[in-house]
Amino acid sequence: MNFVVPDFYPAAAEIFVAIMALVTMLATTFLKRIGRSLAYVLAQATLIGAAFITIYTMDGHVTLTFSNMFIADLMGDLLKLLIYFAVAIGLLYGRAYLADRNMDRPEYFLLALLMTLGMMVMVTSNHMLTLYMGLEMMSLSLYAMVAFDRESARSTEAAMKYFVLGALASGLLLYGMSMIYGATGSLEFSGIAQAIYHQAANKTVLLFGLVFIMAGLAFKLGVVPFHMWVPDVYQGAPTAVTLMIAAAPKLAAFAISMRLLVFGLFELAEQWQSMLMFLAVASIVLGNLAAIAQTNIKRMLAYSGIAHIGFMLLGLLSGVVDGDRHFALNAYSSAMFYAVSYVLMTLAAFGMVILLSRAGFEAENIEDFRGLNQRSPWFAAMMMIVMFSMAGIPFFIGFFAKFSVLQAVVAAGYIWLAIVAVLMSVIGAFYYLRVVKVMYFDEPIDSAPIHAPADVRVMLSANGLAVAVLGLLPQGLMSLCAYALIASL
Amino acid sequence: MTGMPLLSLAIWIPILGGLLVLATGSDRNAPLARSLALAVSVVGFAVTLPLYALFDTGSSAMQFVEYAPWIPRFNVNYHLGVDGISVLFVLLNSFITVMVVIAGWQVIQDKVAQYMAAFLIMSGLMNGIFSALDGVLFYVFFEASLIPLYLIIGIWGGPNRVYAAFKFFLYTLVGSLLMLVAILYLFMEAGGSFSILQWHQVPLGMTAQSLIFWAFLIAFAVKVPMWPVHTWLPDAHVEAPTGGSVVLAAIALKLGAYGFIRFSMPIVPDAAAAFAPMMIALSLIAVVYIGFVALVQTDMKKLIAYSSIAHMGFVTLGFFMFNALGVEGALVQMISHGFVSGAMFLCVGVLYDRMHSRNIADYGGVVKTMPKFAAFFMLFAMANAGLPGTSGFVGEFMVILAAVDFNFWIAAIAATTLILGAAYTLWMYKRVVFGKVANEHVAQLEDIGAREFAVLGFLALCVLAMGVWPYPFTEVMHASVNELLRHVAVSKL
Repeated sequence: MNFVVPDFYPAAAEIFVAIMALVTMLATTFLKRIGRSLAYVLAQATLIGAAFITIYTMDGHVTLTFSNMFIADLMGDLLKLLIYFAVAIGLLYGRAYLADRNMDRPEYFLLALLMTLGMMVMVTSNHMLTLYMGLEMMSLSLYAMVAFDRESARSTEAAMKYFVLGALASGLLLYGMSMIYGATGSLEFSGIAQAIYHQAANKTVLLFGLVFIMAGLAFKLGVVPFHMWVPDVYQGAPTAVTLMIAAAPKLAAFAISMRLLVFGLFELAEQWQSMLMFLAVASIVLGNLAAIAQTNIKRMLAYSGIAHIGFMLLGLLSGVVDGDRHFALNAYSSAMFYAVSYVLMTLAAFGMVILLSRAGFEAENIEDFRGLNQRSPWFAAMMMIVMFSMAGIPFFIGFFAKFSVLQAVVAAGYIWLAIVAVLMSVIGAFYYLRVVKVMYFDEPIDSAPIHAPADVRVMLSANGLAVAVLGLLPQGLMSLCAYALIASL
Repeated sequence: MTGMPLLSLAIWIPILGGLLVLATGSDRNAPLARSLALAVSVVGFAVTLPLYALFDTGSSAMQFVEYAPWIPRFNVNYHLGVDGISVLFVLLNSFITVMVVIAGWQVIQDKVAQYMAAFLIMSGLMNGIFSALDGVLFYVFFEASLIPLYLIIGIWGGPNRVYAAFKFFLYTLVGSLLMLVAILYLFMEAGGSFSILQWHQVPLGMTAQSLIFWAFLIAFAVKVPMWPVHTWLPDAHVEAPTGGSVVLAAIALKLGAYGFIRFSMPIVPDAAAAFAPMMIALSLIAVVYIGFVALVQTDMKKLIAYSSIAHMGFVTLGFFMFNALGVEGALVQMISHGFVSGAMFLCVGVLYDRMHSRNIADYGGVVKTMPKFAAFFMLFAMANAGLPGTSGFVGEFMVILAAVDFNFWIAAIAATTLILGAAYTLWMYKRVVFGKVANEHVAQLEDIGAREFAVLGFLALCVLAMGVWPYPFTEVMHASVNELLRHVAVSKL
């Protein structure tokens, strides 16, 4: 057997991030005195550098390398860029929060980089093993980050819960993968697709495998009935970490859903679509109903996130109707647009929670937003924009996300599904409106002015405004998602 | 002048002006916010005047059309235009906004800039609703207008404002989200187009028509509001600040009725015809039953709110008889109701500012201390009751005439409004204004100042002008209404 040197070029960004993670580790070990700021600066520089490399190596073609285990395509590149962005924003929002709690240790930034690397590998995987490897890399980093506040029993408990359930999910996923491998004889997505296409695979084994894969994915996406960890982890983790879990990993989860289900198991679309339909409806219903009862804003956002992911799945499940693949592109790009919009909104929402927290005080309850309009009209307006956007009220991006997904659902002929989804959105509107109510209609209990570093204020404002501006002009992002998928599928 | 994008100006001047007021005005600098808001609203009204002056009354086509791609991915366009049906509402809305800004001048002392900005932004959004010719654009304006009104009721409203604000928002949202599904369905049926004018031409089967009709019905019936989905309105009116009530009654209620005439009737004509008996029945219930409900109210604002529902019942009645006189009468009634109900709420606001009570029982003998006010209030009360010579009479008379033509008994039931309307309005007027001075608070009332006089005076002029000579209003809508009815008469099956 002769060894062929693989083409490293398409994986330049991943390699860069891996090297920089090691550099960060070494540099902060030797330069202890400035370790904390150095780690932060290096992490941000890595993300920016990776973005440049990704843009530079992006060519719109589909390139396979590392014995077809690695795929570089436009969808992956776009998602990677968004992941860098989400992680960078997450680090920026979280830094002062972590510093106040003495948690801004270099390891945190190192873990964030490793998590990013894991997500990048997930996004660019063309093989069950690379996918699994990336997933575990991301998950293990996140488990450690959730437990980063070592003194807090709640965050340790959250980390344990996350770890145990996450490991279970990985097990399910792995088991499903092994069955698919057994049925098709391939771990590579295109190989699997071909084997199924030529009907070389045993259908029963294949479907069993699919069920396990779906369960594993559902765990990672955090959709009902595999959502139990989501509220506890969101609440238990330090808010800066919650932000990390809530944002970028959703993009990576979208990517692996696409890779597994569309690139690999597209022939089974009708089967996984009906499973997704159950997951989506259950998530939208339960997420919205449970969010109403929450008084803790992190928990509320957790349940609302469950509902949002359910909405995103609506896009994924509208691709194939009675064997007609006409709508697939439209449906998947609407799901991708939804995921991107959700990440943008969720960053701003948790950014606001972080903004209101300060040393020795966690702004965890919805009540902590009381009278924000009097304390800071500007940030109250930002939060209002985000809340209305999440509720799906125009002119904000959340409306167009819902709009494009519903359009795909109606095009696929699932009118009843669209009606269920919109009725649940009304219920969802209630708890978003409650946050607005608390900010605008109530008197503040806490009249302390808002202290935050200038960079956080600027970025958070930009983030809130982006939710509004992209709502006025959604065309660019929408067609970018569509174009990326056209070039990749 | 026609080269100017007048409709865009009518939409965006108030919105951008509102943002400017937000940016420059703080609570410490309330006078600046007020003057700036007044300037913006006056300019916003001024740009709508050419819409009327340059309007070609002979044509039923859309005029002042603006067209630009907005979201090509879904073929959504920034498509604006007005015809004889919608142009008057743009003017009405911009006019009422000026009144509201002036009316809130002194009363609002808390968060002035935000108050003014909310009204300006809402005014721009409302103009957008009336001039949008693209389904998504319409929907976007329609929903976005909930936000400012939610905030207005919730921030500056009465003691039960939170409940009222939520009820208002959620009620309206249920309806409009179902409409969104219908809009998306029409998009598919029309072969990938959101153009409302194109939807008018799309053939649809009866089942599809019925479902779409119901989706639109729920959205618009809540807005109108029609019996039995009217319950949010009295709550919202009672809790809203005066300006909020004025905009709600004068403009927001018109959105539902406008929706019927722009969407339901021309897009699904067969379903509209099939369900017309139901719509007429609901309208008559609103007229008669809600008229009785209004009679027993003890709260002035609630009474006017119920009378609004009854008057809007007349509007839907006029629409669903499918004849030109009825539809034109309904449109006239809508505009007249805009002036009259707005004025009535302003009158109650004048009293409330002084007495902080809306209870009829707390008043009596107001005419002794506020003669000028009493005169204005008298005029508007009479207009509300439908006295000939005021605008209230014209629309009701036209609709009743049309009803006689359509079915005598419907006309007979509808005509009870002339008695009921007079009964509840004038009885309230009598209890509040005449009689002995009820208590020392009433004895100390001050008559209206110049600013209030100006606002009520302007509205009184409109009410009288429209009552004496409605031709300028009907002339504008004539061609469009005829075209609409011609279109509706052709089956789509």
